[in-house]
Amino acid sequence: MNDRAVAVVGAGALTTVQDLGRPGFAHLGVPRSGALDPAAARLVNRLVGNAEDAAVLETTVTGCALRPRSAVTVAVGGAPCPVRADGRPLPWGTAVRVPAGALLEVGPAVRGLRSYVAFGGGIAVEPVLGSRSTDLLSGLGPAPLAEGAVLPLGAAAAVRGSVDAPPWPGPPDELVLRVRLGPRDDWFTSAAREALTTRAYLVSSASNRIGLRLDGPALERARPGELPSEGMVLGAVQVPPDGRPVVFLADHPTTGGYPVVAVVREADLGAAAQAVPGTRVRFVTSR
Amino acid sequence: MGEHALLVELADAGAAEALHAELLRRRAAGALPGVREIVPAARTVLLDGVAEPARLAAELPGWEPRPGHARVGEVVEVPVRYDGPDLAEVAARWGVSPREAVRIHSSAEFRVAFCGFAPGFGYLTGLGARYEVPRRATPRTAVPAGSVALAGPYTGVYPRSSPGGWQLIGTTDAVLWDTGREPAALLSPGTRVRFVPAPRTGAGR
Repeated sequence: MNDRAVAVVGAGALTTVQDLGRPGFAHLGVPRSGALDPAAARLVNRLVGNAEDAAVLETTVTGCALRPRSAVTVAVGGAPCPVRADGRPLPWGTAVRVPAGALLEVGPAVRGLRSYVAFGGGIAVEPVLGSRSTDLLSGLGPAPLAEGAVLPLGAAAAVRGSVDAPPWPGPPDELVLRVRLGPRDDWFTSAAREALTTRAYLVSSASNRIGLRLDGPALERARPGELPSEGMVLGAVQVPPDGRPVVFLADHPTTGGYPVVAVVREADLGAAAQAVPGTRVRFVTSR
Repeated sequence: MGEHALLVELADAGAAEALHAELLRRRAAGALPGVREIVPAARTVLLDGVAEPARLAAELPGWEPRPGHARVGEVVEVPVRYDGPDLAEVAARWGVSPREAVRIHSSAEFRVAFCGFAPGFGYLTGLGARYEVPRRATPRTAVPAGSVALAGPYTGVYPRSSPGGWQLIGTTDAVLWDTGREPAALLSPGTRVRFVPAPRTGAGR
């Protein structure tokens, strides 16, 4: 049998199919979704010769185990982790050939949280609104991986990947997030605004694809009352009534009624998605 | 708002609706390049994925949006069985009988002010200010798909089963969201809507 597909042997804590998301539907309440560390997703695709927006797997903490039904080119990147085929170690962060029927093990992340697994030809599940991404907020796209599921693969490109062994900076020990204050920074006391950019926060274990939740000084409101619902953006630092900021990641709701004190630069969100619980976080203002 | 977005705050819901309509007109005319998302909300319009936010921010105050709505399309009729568990309470808050509450709700013309909460969930306005109702003190853990519900100045229809704190006044078989359909959303910002009473029995739901 030579069909292009991979069978899921071990789903891991949470493994989802992700591409670069489905922007353009926020006005209908559809989150953008997509890989939380898009630079890693693009790079593993380039390694196996795919277009950068091909669908890959995004693991969470524990990795996953897969059995390709035909020989396939694979690259694992993002969070560093051990990679094995039938128990034999394979290099991480570069394209490798895995024979048909071999057990491909993507091990637990050694640093960071989310590893990305690209297959030559990309994962070819049916797109929804132009994207194959799993959106955990609204349930669009394929379900998270489950043992026994079979994922179809697309036809592999005839050309080799355009990169061989790129540099992979590991996740930093301290997460520095550059922010622009606003649009609702005036809803907070000056002490709260100062605390945001001078005090340290810690990544909470309640973080997920919707948001990076933070423990640390509660940000006190300068005014009571409710904000009418308004549009939300990727990287918005939303402050719920408990005062603890949440940085919105790819599966964030498209509108919300809690004030946004600042917005994190998009370029910093990949590192935010790799920050393990307990990581120290600092916000710095930037233009 | 951040590097790539502008959040435009308007004086009231009508002004937000007029700006939204103006943005859609300009986009349809090809005069609004470099804007990926236009997200209207209660009193704001968010422009996201903006190629040149500073330039657009400088231009916006010079626009004079015509008062009016985003779309003058067909009215979408949503059949409703007014059998919701909170109908009697809503009627009591309005100071009318449940039957009169149904008449009031089904004789108004609604418009989708904005969407959010879940794909295909529209916030519909159209009832007078005196018919506003609060959210329930304790949200339900599961509101069935197709529930027609009220909160604040809005009517909404739950596209799928989810937790929710709105007051449930009825049920519809209309499919609010279907990604296999084009368009996936029955209701999008600007859509005009009427709720049409449907018989309570024989619906088999």
